[in-house]
Amino acid sequence: MWMITYSEAIREAISLEMQRNEDVFLIGEDIGVYGGGFGVTEGLLAEFGADRVRDTPISESAIMGAAVGSALTGMRPILELQFSDFITIAMDQLVNQAAKLRYMHGGEGRVPLVLRAASGSGTGAAAQHSQSLEAWVAHIPGLKVVQPSTAFDAKGLLKAAIDDDNPVIFYEHKLLYKTEGEVPKEQYSIPLGKADIKREGTDITIVATSVMVQRALIAAAKLEREAINVEVLDPRTLVPLDEEAIIASVKKTGHLLVVHEAVKRGGFGGEIASIVAESRAFHSLRAPIKRLGGEAVPIPFSPELEKAAVPQVEDIVQSVQKMLGVKMTCI
Amino acid sequence: MEILPNLTNPELLHLYKKMWLIRHFDEKIDEFFRKGIMHGTTHLSIGQEATAVGACAVLTDEDKITSTHRGHGHAIAKGARVDKMMAEMFGKSTGYSKGKGGSMHFSDLEKGNLGSNGIVGGGIPIAVGAALTAKMKKQKDVTISFFGDGATNEGSFHEAVNLASIWKLPVIFFCENNQYGMSSPIDEMINIEHIAERAASYGIPGVIVDGNNLVEVMNATYEAAEHVRMGKGPILIEAKTYRWRGHSKSDKRKYRSREEERFWQTRDPIKQYEGYLINKGILTRETAKKIKLEVRQIMEAAVEFAKRSPKPSIEELYTDVYA
Ligand SMILES: Cc1ncc(C[n+]2csc(CCOP(=O)(O)OP(=O)(O)O)c2C)c(N)n1
Ligand SMILES: [Mg+2]
Repeated sequence: MWMITYSEAIREAISLEMQRNEDVFLIGEDIGVYGGGFGVTEGLLAEFGADRVRDTPISESAIMGAAVGSALTGMRPILELQFSDFITIAMDQLVNQAAKLRYMHGGEGRVPLVLRAASGSGTGAAAQHSQSLEAWVAHIPGLKVVQPSTAFDAKGLLKAAIDDDNPVIFYEHKLLYKTEGEVPKEQYSIPLGKADIKREGTDITIVATSVMVQRALIAAAKLEREAINVEVLDPRTLVPLDEEAIIASVKKTGHLLVVHEAVKRGGFGGEIASIVAESRAFHSLRAPIKRLGGEAVPIPFSPELEKAAVPQVEDIVQSVQKMLGVKMTCI
Repeated sequence: MEILPNLTNPELLHLYKKMWLIRHFDEKIDEFFRKGIMHGTTHLSIGQEATAVGACAVLTDEDKITSTHRGHGHAIAKGARVDKMMAEMFGKSTGYSKGKGGSMHFSDLEKGNLGSNGIVGGGIPIAVGAALTAKMKKQKDVTISFFGDGATNEGSFHEAVNLASIWKLPVIFFCENNQYGMSSPIDEMINIEHIAERAASYGIPGVIVDGNNLVEVMNATYEAAEHVRMGKGPILIEAKTYRWRGHSKSDKRKYRSREEERFWQTRDPIKQYEGYLINKGILTRETAKKIKLEVRQIMEAAVEFAKRSPKPSIEELYTDVYA
């Protein structure tokens, strides 16, 4: 074990895998000398050479398509699309091609690729560089969707994503890149579809994703001072989703708050809330389910407005207080 | 070299002033980022002032432009107020986007700036649409779409140029080839020598100009504007230039040499135009000094205005999502 950043953990998973497996290669804009849009691939060009760390023109559709085609024919590409907003330009190759080739071809062929991209707000990059569009891709049968919230998870989940025989979208959060955590030096895998209880509790379940896991943990620590015992559950992957873990947690606590950065309307939180509402945990609910998500606005530039556009620690604290307050007035 | 468009001496001096406004605006922004008092990121066009100013010199307020992530210069060249721009950079409510857009999203419809763009290649098809309006409404305005060398590898570029070519739309595709797209040297990213050669595959003229020579840029754009206004279809202009600073605020510039950077700095577009004006007897060293001083004062006032301006209210978060 050693303390490394989320960013370093991702680089390690890539590097160890490239050492082990000749079929794994990197493709994307500015991933070579520049080290990638956020410095994640720094040093990998020196380590593996330009044949396996392929700098491309600014051509997201071709990058995505080249990844699909090479994956279909025996390679295991990892592509970086810098800001996840740029996936929109690669959407045909991802959604109409990669996601359903195998199905359309009657089970023939596989598309083992990992699409890495940085998502989220908080850096002042404004409306076209700050979105959280994971619900779009989670909606598409054939794609898997991963959102690591810690350095440890990032490394293990990326290993699993590379090993997976399907297209996997791996969302990295810009605000998490510099966060540190204990990470084993050797390669390890965290299975896709296995949630992690980041903090055990008995009064309320907060299902949070990506950077919201960190905010939920801070909120939980604050609430502990008020003797409110919060459980923070991180699904880690939206597809496949560990429904059982969520249902079991809500059954235990009787309260569910879902928190994500993506716009609440049409966000993945609605899916999680519905799964619980349709499950045996429904009867354990002692208050209505609540969702916290981004406001239905593009991410603004102004730092004050940018903060106001997505859930903050204080919003989580207040929501929990309100939910448990509702319970008390009901009794 | 003779100047083709019919511009008066004061107008020619105004172009000189605009180049300094752009240079100084971006230098100020650079300073504020270094000091850590500015939020977000930015892309400076220091060293590229001749392309924006030269191309926009032949346009009226009715003519349109679309711009890029490196768009401060385009905005100023198209007539934007630097105080409102500075306020935007500080995220203030008096900024062009009420503080909601920042460095990459300036627009000024009154002056014909349809907007800078955070998406590489994003503005090119929009320019085609603006030219379509001109054609359908039988207006005389032209649209210039600015974009970088790197953007010409986006599908949006190729689709847009093709569409404009078959409909013969009044649009000028203006490529500011500053040699790099972020860290990628353009000569490693295309299999031809000049971006202008791409025009051939759409059956339109492709022109190469020295992008650091304002007069050359202006003349080429003037001729292009005449051509497209006559309904002869679009033109692609490739202006060879260089960005002096890093790609954005966090660039260590490992992909190019300091020597190369020094070489290009000897080809300063402002110095070149200054020399031209002095040679022609249009500008004296005295006047040059006065203009530079004036620009400095304008910028100081802009910074003052920006700093004094209020932040947007939280209610502003919800406005402007829909018309
Ligand atoms: C669709 C898209 N892909 C990638 C980026 C990231 N990016 C921003 S600017 C840039 C380089 C653009 O190069 P060029 O078009 O030559 O313009 P320059 O920056 O040199 O002015 C890149 C890759 C982006 N903003 N949008
Ligand atoms: Mg360029």
